[in-house]
Amino acid sequence: MEKDGSELASISNPLWLNAEITYKCPLHCVFCYNPVDYTRYGQELATEDWLRVFREARALGAVQLGLSGGEPLTRDDLEIMVREASGLGYYVNLITSGIGLNEKRIAAFKEGGLDQIQLSFQDSTRELNDFLSSTRTFELKSKVARLIKQYDYPMVLNVVLHRLNIDHVGQILEMAEVMGAEHVELANTQYYGWAFVNREHLLPSREQLERAEEVTNTFRARVGNAMKVYFVVPDYYADRPKKCVNGWGTTFLNVASDGVALPCHEARMLPGLSFPNVRDHDLRWIWHESPAFNAYRGVGWMKQPCRSCPERFKDFGGCRCQAYLLTGDAANADPVCSLSPHHGRVTTVVEKAQLPGERVPVRPLLFRGDRNSRQLSQ
Amino acid sequence: MSEPRLPLPPDAPIELLRQFRLQWEPAQQCYVLLYPEGMVQLRGGAGEIMKRVDGQASLHGIVADLQRAFPGADLRADVVDFLEVAHGKGWIRAGQHQ
Ligand code: SF4
Ligand code: SF4
Repeated sequence: MEKDGSELASISNPLWLNAEITYKCPLHCVFCYNPVDYTRYGQELATEDWLRVFREARALGAVQLGLSGGEPLTRDDLEIMVREASGLGYYVNLITSGIGLNEKRIAAFKEGGLDQIQLSFQDSTRELNDFLSSTRTFELKSKVARLIKQYDYPMVLNVVLHRLNIDHVGQILEMAEVMGAEHVELANTQYYGWAFVNREHLLPSREQLERAEEVTNTFRARVGNAMKVYFVVPDYYADRPKKCVNGWGTTFLNVASDGVALPCHEARMLPGLSFPNVRDHDLRWIWHESPAFNAYRGVGWMKQPCRSCPERFKDFGGCRCQAYLLTGDAANADPVCSLSPHHGRVTTVVEKAQLPGERVPVRPLLFRGDRNSRQLSQ
Repeated sequence: MSEPRLPLPPDAPIELLRQFRLQWEPAQQCYVLLYPEGMVQLRGGAGEIMKRVDGQASLHGIVADLQRAFPGADLRADVVDFLEVAHGKGWIRAGQHQ
């Protein structure tokens, strides 16, 4: 597709820059959304490269910055990045497991202008938290939660829900209340990366979901405005897909640790696209002109049933990566949609999840880690 | 507007909750309200109102100031409307009398 000037002008600004500054992580979460073959990727960007990326994205209009990973705290230049980003006018979000945060670092972040820390928890009980992330981290995280309060940050907790912990939603919310959390995100697992490999273990049953939502609603009614609780339903249970990344190349810009720029975290898996690297191109070209960022922009690339669907501007056909993972073609409708001819690939999995918990999945639970990554890369 | 509203006392100072930040964005030509992992674009009047929420001015004060800045129109109802919705959303709150 040739782009002329007028079409170029209609491309919106990126508002959100997500910097996956490293794929290193001391945890081994079974639902990790990082690509399973992350050990294959090249060298991490140097400090100066990241600072340039922040400047270029800010000039394009990005105003939210997510510093994520992997575990961003494994980089010892994070303080420099925070300071620079804050000076540029970003609202700076640190998305962390908390491992590696100590008083010295949080003091430096505060002084450097970090706006918020989103702390992830795997569960409310130490046993399950440690099992699901394959480490002993619960005590450590509780300490970090206290530091966050002490430095007067809003307490934003993120708990990824799935079959193995969703029945603990009540305890999780109570834990959040004790910690003085202001925002709690109960995000059901999205099935990409490691979570896709472990999908059979992780997808909750309909009954589990309904119970969890009920518990959440009762809790909400009790605490009122003191705590905002978001409950994100797994899209496998919906009959319309989510508007993934708010539409490809409209809002969200992800830069991976090795400098590859992506319209969403997961897009690197899509075949036939060559995603540009910030080492070779500036972000303006990447965002506006690179073939990869234009590949699924708008609705021109769609096939049926999306092409003539009245809802196509509402969801842009859902998620390209999910379409590819489940149907083999990224230009198909997201099969979560009940209008998709491949919808059966979602419902079969969902039906299987209704079987009692003791059913034996074919493959063992796979923890995220370098060895497993190398194996999955072959 | 059909959003839940929460009334505000007319004379108490109004402040942003600490996780919110308001700033002018040249690329979008509007004020934006930023908060953990999200933002709202405040176009036109909404931005004019929110930029007067400074932890000092009260509802009364904000209305009076806007009347001075935009004389001729009766803005009171719209301003109260907007601020009550913002209060309902948990962006702002009434502070203490000083
Ligand atoms: S999901 Fe777990 S393993 Fe993956 S990056 Fe986050 S903390 Fe690390
Ligand atoms: S057919 Fe395509 S555009 Fe229509 S609702 Fe389904 S996914 Fe969305």
